[in-house]
Amino acid sequence: MKYETVIGLEIHCELKTKTKIFCGCETGFGAEHNTHVCPVCLGLPGVLPTVNKRVVEFAIKAGLATNCEINQYCKFDRKNYYYPDLPKNWQTSQYDLPIAEHGWVDIDVEGEKKRIRLTRIHMEEDAGKLVHSGTNIKDSASSNVDYNRTGVPLLEIVSEPDMSSALEARTYMEKIKAIMEYIDVSNCRMEEGNLRADVNVSLRPAGSTELGTRTEMKNINSFKSLEDAINYEIERQTEVLEDGGEIIQETRTWDPERGITLSMRSKENAHDYRYMPEPDLPPIVTSPETIEKFRSELPELPDARRARLEKDFGLSDYDAGIITSSRAMAEYYDAVVATGADAKLAANWMMGDLLKNLNAEAIDISKSPVEAERLGEMIRLIEKGTISSKIGKKVFAEMWTCPDAPAKIVEDKGLVQITDTGAIEAIVDQVIADNPKPVEQYKAGKKKAIGALVGQVMKQSKGKANPQMVNELLAKKLDS
Amino acid sequence: MRLYEKPAHVLHDMLAQKEITAAELTRDVLARLDETEGQVQAYLTVTRESALAQAEAVDKKIASGEEISFLEGIPGAIKDNICTKGTKTTCASKILEHFVPPYDATVMEKLRAQQPVILGKVNMDEFAMGGSTENSAYHPTHNPWALERVPGGSSGGSAAAVAAGSAIWALGSDTGGSIRQPASFCGVVGLKPTYGRVSRYGLVAYASSLDQIGPLARDVTDAAHLLNIIAGHDEMDSTSSTAPVPDYAQALTEDVKGLKIGLPKEYFTEGMDGDVEKTVRAAISKYKDMGAEILEISLPHTAYAISTYYLIAPAEAATNLERYDGVSYGERVDGEDLVQMMTNTRTQLFGEEVRRRIMIGNYALSAGYYDAYYLKALKVRTLVQQDYTEAFKQVDVIMAPTAPTPAFRLGEMMADPLQLYLQDVCTVPLNLAGLPGLSVPCGYSSKGLPIGLQIIGKALDEATILRAAYAYEQTQSFHNDMARIGGND
Repeated sequence: MKYETVIGLEIHCELKTKTKIFCGCETGFGAEHNTHVCPVCLGLPGVLPTVNKRVVEFAIKAGLATNCEINQYCKFDRKNYYYPDLPKNWQTSQYDLPIAEHGWVDIDVEGEKKRIRLTRIHMEEDAGKLVHSGTNIKDSASSNVDYNRTGVPLLEIVSEPDMSSALEARTYMEKIKAIMEYIDVSNCRMEEGNLRADVNVSLRPAGSTELGTRTEMKNINSFKSLEDAINYEIERQTEVLEDGGEIIQETRTWDPERGITLSMRSKENAHDYRYMPEPDLPPIVTSPETIEKFRSELPELPDARRARLEKDFGLSDYDAGIITSSRAMAEYYDAVVATGADAKLAANWMMGDLLKNLNAEAIDISKSPVEAERLGEMIRLIEKGTISSKIGKKVFAEMWTCPDAPAKIVEDKGLVQITDTGAIEAIVDQVIADNPKPVEQYKAGKKKAIGALVGQVMKQSKGKANPQMVNELLAKKLDS
Repeated sequence: MRLYEKPAHVLHDMLAQKEITAAELTRDVLARLDETEGQVQAYLTVTRESALAQAEAVDKKIASGEEISFLEGIPGAIKDNICTKGTKTTCASKILEHFVPPYDATVMEKLRAQQPVILGKVNMDEFAMGGSTENSAYHPTHNPWALERVPGGSSGGSAAAVAAGSAIWALGSDTGGSIRQPASFCGVVGLKPTYGRVSRYGLVAYASSLDQIGPLARDVTDAAHLLNIIAGHDEMDSTSSTAPVPDYAQALTEDVKGLKIGLPKEYFTEGMDGDVEKTVRAAISKYKDMGAEILEISLPHTAYAISTYYLIAPAEAATNLERYDGVSYGERVDGEDLVQMMTNTRTQLFGEEVRRRIMIGNYALSAGYYDAYYLKALKVRTLVQQDYTEAFKQVDVIMAPTAPTPAFRLGEMMADPLQLYLQDVCTVPLNLAGLPGLSVPCGYSSKGLPIGLQIIGKALDEATILRAAYAYEQTQSFHNDMARIGGND
């Protein structure tokens, strides 16, 4: 039987507020253990939470940016479960009245547009971190708890099961990341755990409308793991079904080292979270005026920006899609264009040498050794004719390792294009004299033979001769 | 007459007039504490040295001619579920046996700004769960009026200390009657303010939507002054009211002419003690003499209040008490792994009643039962609230007994928790509605046990119930009676 895959994602996105969601403690990453703590986030007896208004603002903006309806009346709930990284043994979250619901985002996968629906977005607090003496809680003689992350605000962004491949899931998560970055509510640093996903995967006979039994993989924190885990799970579930077996509803964990998922706990052992309305926090009531104010504060979002780049600069849909796929990319592009560089050339250089180099070395564009300003300057050198595009590639390669300005590199390395007719003419004459064979062929009507001569001139000039001038001069001499 | 026998407002004047010193006063109350504590056992922690130091600081201030605030230099006691920075706060539980909060509750900050003398922390039912103080993990407290009887609860230590003279005033907390019922049993004034009137920040939570801190005092004047000190909005408590705080002491007049008093027929129930009914009705007739108007009213959903309370409060308690797991503070009983450690800690260090309520609460919140129990309870709660809203369209205050019986004997109710839960019949509905209520002494049973009259007000209208109580207080002298330790039984 042929199966189709059904995937839904719950993305946890850490918000970049200065302080925690329910107290005044700092949120910064990487501080010494248990230094960003107070009685409230430690859950000491007698403390009460107070809501950080910024968190509500960010949540509403995230909802608006993903086409959600904003609930003017929402509330917090207690999600109860015992774990030592959770000092109160409940997580303050939102259950039946989340801040935003019924949204969607569009994704492009292999040229196809697809709409992924969002079930809801809700606010909640992050838990602390366990620091084990061994590798996990079971094999450790002792475990310590670092409460710095306790109470850092999170959004949980829940999708409908609208994705049907690992690539779609990845593209969707990239889109959510881009939007959260654009609206500036999260740093989205996956390596710091700012963005993590719980993934639900199920299979069903192709064409069926009923959902199959799903498994959930928690805390996936890279795009690669996301794709790998889904693909593994599709394969595993297919095998189980083809062997006549049944999928067990369970939580599985993704082991990136071994490239497999492992059963963590089954539905029978699933937590009963005993949700209860949080009595210490009054419901959050947001006026339509406030919602509209937040809407007016939203910046241009990826889809709109993409359309603008296509329309204003004539970029291809594909290029515009890549360039707007993250805030850092789009900002890099803007910065290149801001130097006065041609918008299309800027796109070509980004899509070409820049991304090739970044990908090869797995460097984020925000940390690119060739900064946008320098790339822009270099493009302008090409536009002015100071260097050719071909020399540009050399200059770019040089810039990758050397922080000098492109103009300085061009000068130091003697890469300035020769545009002096006299100098080029001398080389042209020499090449004609030294290569009688192609000259003869050309004169016999085989015009293509000029290519070999151009190549020789360029070689002799070490690539610095203006190729257009070389062509013109050669043709003139040979035709005369 | 010894100093410990006087109310705070009298002592304040004596201090201000330099008739006495705060140190003399504190020594006298401490001496009384030493005389009575062996029998009454109101305290869990006595902070003798810091109390004397506080008194001496106040005396220096008075000597230097500075004015003093109402509570300055006057010794009082704090219920052991209110966090006191640097002083143990155990909630009368083994699980917090050595817990010393690193912060002060908001009410403590407000009190300390007045520089009172803090004598220590007083006994209670563990985590405020109970109505007799017998659920303290340390020892029961005895009713100063009859030592073989309970002082009520859960603020039994607070009420007993004020009644015995081992404190001039005290703070308690009231979730289902825990200030008013012990006040009634011990013959003192106890006030549960409107939910949100006093910050709960630093009050160790039992049932968050019902808990409220309030004063226990010798008379209505002291209660009004204490409320003045502790009331008001607190940005640390999102549920605290932003309504302005009137001067409650200023509101105390004898004028109740034209006051409309409602008597809910459902509060004068069949199971009520005959002495209680007689005494309370006699007190109410005094109001008639003073020109008030008495109306019979109905609060039809009263019968459901107890069951509603015993779903909502345990549900909130079940989550509030999850934090006591032995991980980062409090006591721990080790186990071979994490789950066993948490299980051992919670099983061995929580008392029976606490465990019972945690189980009830978790049951009510669990998947499949939530709608039938917790959600239903929330709906009934709304009906109980609406009863009062309707009633207060006709009347200014509602009067009823505080408790259906006078103080019962130690051990009498322990075998039958349900019987004890029914004790809350007249007090619990207000907590569900968030309304203010006050218990004022109104006489004695045939056995000489104190009986309290409960006065219930509209939300944030503490001024009216204080005024009504004050007017009554002026007609009699029960508030001047001190318990003769040893009992009348």
